[in-house]
Amino acid sequence: MIQVRVAAQGVDVEFHADPGITALFGGAGAGKTAILDAIAGFATPTSGRIILDDRILFDAASQVNLPPRRRHCGYVARHWALFPHMSLQDNLLFPLAGLAGVARRERHRRVRETLNRFELQEAGPRHPHEVSPAERLRATVARALIGDPKMLLVDEPAAGLDMALRAEWHKVLRMVRDDTNLPVLLATRDLDTCFELAASMLLLDAGRILQSGRPRNVVDQPVSVEAARLLGIRNLFSAEIVALDPGRNTSRLRLENFELNGPYLPGRLRGDRVWLCIEPGQLHAAPQDGSKPSANQVAARLERTSEMALAVRLEFAGGIVAEIARHDFEQLPKDQKDNDNKEWLVEFPPQALRVLGCP
Amino acid sequence: MPLDWSALGLGLRYAGWATLLALLAALPLAWLLTHRPFRGCELLDATANLPLVLPPAVLVYYLLAESGRWPLHFSWHAAVAVGAIYTLPLLLRMMRAGLAAVDHSFENAARGLGAGEWRTFGRITLPLAWRGLLAAVLAGFARAFADFGATAIVASGAGNGWLLLPAAMAALAALYLGNRLRRGLSPA
Repeated sequence: MIQVRVAAQGVDVEFHADPGITALFGGAGAGKTAILDAIAGFATPTSGRIILDDRILFDAASQVNLPPRRRHCGYVARHWALFPHMSLQDNLLFPLAGLAGVARRERHRRVRETLNRFELQEAGPRHPHEVSPAERLRATVARALIGDPKMLLVDEPAAGLDMALRAEWHKVLRMVRDDTNLPVLLATRDLDTCFELAASMLLLDAGRILQSGRPRNVVDQPVSVEAARLLGIRNLFSAEIVALDPGRNTSRLRLENFELNGPYLPGRLRGDRVWLCIEPGQLHAAPQDGSKPSANQVAARLERTSEMALAVRLEFAGGIVAEIARHDFEQLPKDQKDNDNKEWLVEFPPQALRVLGCP
Repeated sequence: MPLDWSALGLGLRYAGWATLLALLAALPLAWLLTHRPFRGCELLDATANLPLVLPPAVLVYYLLAESGRWPLHFSWHAAVAVGAIYTLPLLLRMMRAGLAAVDHSFENAARGLGAGEWRTFGRITLPLAWRGLLAAVLAGFARAFADFGATAIVASGAGNGWLLLPAAMAALAALYLGNRLRRGLSPA
């Protein structure tokens, strides 16, 4: 387990991570790399303390600051950083050569074993620029693990992972997670990666942790509007509670220029302002055919339609975004499909409405 | 006219020693400036670059003027020392650029994999920067070899036999030009 409390340039965080993958999620400049660098010892924080298992890696108060080579943290850098002038084999040998008391033969045996484990037998004698991206990726992780680190720090490349490589990347990380019992800190910008691999995630923005917890919980219940924006949640509306009915388990919410029925909001009072959000896919949208809006239906002008892989995204005036299945969209009359600026009716199902920071 | 090759050999020897001396100072300094920036490192950099803007004659004059305390006399060693000082800025500048061109992530990776600073330098920085460093050494050598002003003053004062190639060529050119002019011909 690692405990981290650091303040450095533009970063001020405190968290701990157990064995398994903990994702540091945030955009550019959120401080992900700065945190990894502080733990690895590449950058010195101004204050704080880092404890890995029972060893103090850094403590500003007692002026402990272990050099990187004594921290036993495997580090996977954003651009892999395989030494370009060495073969993959020699890259793997590099961390072992620094270990005292490991015989030459034993080193080579371990390199061979690791090459096999990461399916790199044939790529072993070749240089990084001569092997495939997938092999480079596996070699980097293999090199970080071969010296028996106490934890793994992974700075996921933000760009350059195509679909196939991303699948390979996830496969390798899953293997590391399942085969070793290491705490892994994974800096990523990809929410799907968090969901697929991480047991918990830290939501980072401008060097601070906005929220932490299981990815599912974080995404379902963002604590603040900043957190929700960071998670890419659309359809965020500020609303005022105009009525609460615990008996029928409902509430009445006033948005900018319309009112909605919502679920009962425990712990809230009438007159409170809250942030509401709803998934684009859960809105029901249909062209207005002359009928009046029923309960929880809102008339909105369609501003833009854009196609996605499996759905069509409809953007309405007032910041409402809905997604409907491609198939349903194709069924619409032609003049409705082709013309923007039509009036539509958008329905907000009460049970799909979520209030930020409300369980 | 029999050719005397000793000036060439001497010139190479002199330039070699001057470059080596400058290299010994420039490499650690360049590493320090690129990897461990400290307070006042810009001042150090500026000082090391001073010979670049001083005319060689001025440089030699100052060194000689100090010779009461400075163990510099008209001698072969003095010429090498002056050459080294004269070559240092160029070498430092190019080596800094060469070392800075190595991506820090490689060096950090090595440190994270258990390598100390020496091993990181020897196994990672040096092999990745060698082209730049070699270019720096060659440029420094060429500069030391071609330098005329400083060495001519210091070494020629050392007495017979210490004539370096550039100085020898200058003397030869002067002789040739003088002859042509005396005979009423154009200098070329």
